[in-house]
Amino acid sequence: MLPTILLAAPVSNDWITLDFPSLAQNFWSATFDGLTFGSIYALVALGYTLVYGVLNLINFAHSEVFIMGCYGVWFTLSFLGFGPSAPNLDIGQIIVNLLLAFIVAIAASALTAFLLERLAYKPLRKRNAPRLVFLITAIGASFTIQYLIFIWRGPVPEQALTMFKPTPIFDVFGTIIYSDQLIIVCAAVIMMVVTDLFISKSRTGRGIRAVAQDPDTATLMGVNKERIIITTFVIGGILAGAAALFYVMKIPSGVVYNGGFILGIKAFAAAVLGGIGNVRGALLGGLLLGLIGNYGQILLGNSQWTDVVAFMVLVLVLLFRPEGILGTSLGRSKA
Amino acid sequence: MYRKKVMTTLAAAATLGMLLGGCANQAAAPGGSTSEGAAGAVNIPALTSVETPKDAVLPAGDGKANCPATTTLAYVGAETGANAQLGINIFNGVQLAINEHNAANPGCQVQFKKFDTEGDPNKATGPVTQATKEEGIIGVVGLPFSGESKSTGNIFEQVKLVHITPAATNPALTDNGWTTFFRGLGNDAVQGPAAAKFITGKLQAKKVYIVQDDSEYGIGLGKTTSDGLGSALIGTDKVTTGQKDFSATISKIMNSKADAVFYSGYYAEGAPFDQQLVAKGYTGTFVGPDGLKDDQFIKQAGDASSNSYFTCPCIPGELIPSFEKAYKSLANMEPGTYSIEGYDAATVLLSGIDAGNQDRPSLLKWVKSYDKDGLSKHYKWNDKGELQAPTVYGYKVENGKIVPIGAIGE
Repeated sequence: MLPTILLAAPVSNDWITLDFPSLAQNFWSATFDGLTFGSIYALVALGYTLVYGVLNLINFAHSEVFIMGCYGVWFTLSFLGFGPSAPNLDIGQIIVNLLLAFIVAIAASALTAFLLERLAYKPLRKRNAPRLVFLITAIGASFTIQYLIFIWRGPVPEQALTMFKPTPIFDVFGTIIYSDQLIIVCAAVIMMVVTDLFISKSRTGRGIRAVAQDPDTATLMGVNKERIIITTFVIGGILAGAAALFYVMKIPSGVVYNGGFILGIKAFAAAVLGGIGNVRGALLGGLLLGLIGNYGQILLGNSQWTDVVAFMVLVLVLLFRPEGILGTSLGRSKA
Repeated sequence: MYRKKVMTTLAAAATLGMLLGGCANQAAAPGGSTSEGAAGAVNIPALTSVETPKDAVLPAGDGKANCPATTTLAYVGAETGANAQLGINIFNGVQLAINEHNAANPGCQVQFKKFDTEGDPNKATGPVTQATKEEGIIGVVGLPFSGESKSTGNIFEQVKLVHITPAATNPALTDNGWTTFFRGLGNDAVQGPAAAKFITGKLQAKKVYIVQDDSEYGIGLGKTTSDGLGSALIGTDKVTTGQKDFSATISKIMNSKADAVFYSGYYAEGAPFDQQLVAKGYTGTFVGPDGLKDDQFIKQAGDASSNSYFTCPCIPGELIPSFEKAYKSLANMEPGTYSIEGYDAATVLLSGIDAGNQDRPSLLKWVKSYDKDGLSKHYKWNDKGELQAPTVYGYKVENGKIVPIGAIGE
């Protein structure tokens, strides 16, 4: 037995060390990587936040809406003939391919979200089911979709397909920014700004806010509640589809039946951190969670701590601001 | 309302600025953080044949053996389940040995029985108990995995049934005081130092970074490899099972200017890790243990896998022509990882039966004092059941396939 104990010893010996020099050295690359993944979290977090704002429902099946988008990207790439090696395409072709994958991904995710709403939640609403039933249904729907994918595609991740080889674009504080990081962050920010404008400016957006604030009064004022709900799900799906494209760009081997689970939990945490039900809160929470996770891992030299650090920060924030950083309300529009 | 407008305008402006900046600077040369891996340039040619011991014991024997018709050998291990392929590789090797033996010895027809554990420690006790209850079974090849071996060793021990594992590598397995457990290959305590020697020797790496996962296997192997590397080790980082994004660890590796990375764990995380590492401009060598040596690694890491080497206490059976041919005609496929280990383990037991050891106690005694060459290596165990001179082989990825490059760590 002794060797087993000896083997385990180095882990328990220095079970926590703070590596500040390493953090200083890697600060900028950790920041950019954190922002890249933070943008993906934020896009998925928006889906949680919008649905929560309108229905007061934590849609646990949103991680499967996301993973269906990943499969959409994968099938598009596979159809376009991409393989494990990135072909030498010019920028125009890359953009066309990206757009194609983007369209299929958002279509797959939006369709999943739409069907989810129609098949799982609408029948419950019709029967005025208690809130807890919605929650259990959400969890059930999550597992159902997961295992349908499992039966369909098996337990092994799909073959990694790469669209393009990330090229160094420019240098910030001695850290190279790669093309994929730039595309992800820029596109994600644009999508989030558009979503924010849509919610705050458009007629449908006003409807969403009205239903979030007071569904009954909104209905009396002539807002079609059912249509607003379905729109909300579809918007969440579109954003998740975009996140899926970026995720597959970063992690080509991440397309697997349960691949959305952890990301879903992180995105949900991001939504809570920023203030669930709040669109800008989701953005802020996602970026923060991405950064904190990366800093934490470098500081502690061990990714077993990444989630511990991220969730400790979450608990601390909620301790002082139980409604999240920007507050919870979509309807009351605190931002 | 005014504040809102300002914020959106600012955000839009910032986005536009970033985009424009991105385009304008596209031509800028990469900065200083690309590592210049000396090891990346090392090219070790693939092996085309392996030397087999001259008087290796073969299952056929002298053809004059006699034994009762009830004499049975068993394979206990995965036939189905997620890791079934490894089990299939092994029992086909065993089947081949028994076929060759029976064809040559009309007076001794050894029966072969298989018991399926699915490779799962929780399901293994049933089939093992069943096997031990069958009187005719006097020797077992199995169990293939460390977890299931750990949970069933005591059952074999109680009935004094000899069993040779052709694949389980956890070093602690032989510390249980079992007298019936024999390991037909090198354990992780042998693989680690061999990997370290391989990286600093043949691969000529000067700065090695070790990344280990949180499994017992990864931690143990990470430790023995670190110890072997000595001053060439410039950093260690730990990742988690199920992790997908390794950017923090990779940023550390890039800053450390490592010319070789050893990943101590399984391919599920190792493959995306290698892929992300190369995407960040890493040009050095990537080395992994037998947990990474799988076609799935290449599938999931994609092109990035071309920088990869593996260490494995397994011998490339596909390079022994006679074995390869016979195996192919039996199983309709190339011998896989641990096929030859299964074949050799069965041969040890069969030669014991031929020598007249036809009950459990005498066959156990035979294996204990065994000291002969097998097709893959020399088999002689110490009193704990470890091989005295195990071999570790190096492999590499060439044209999307894993090919052997020779014995390492000597």
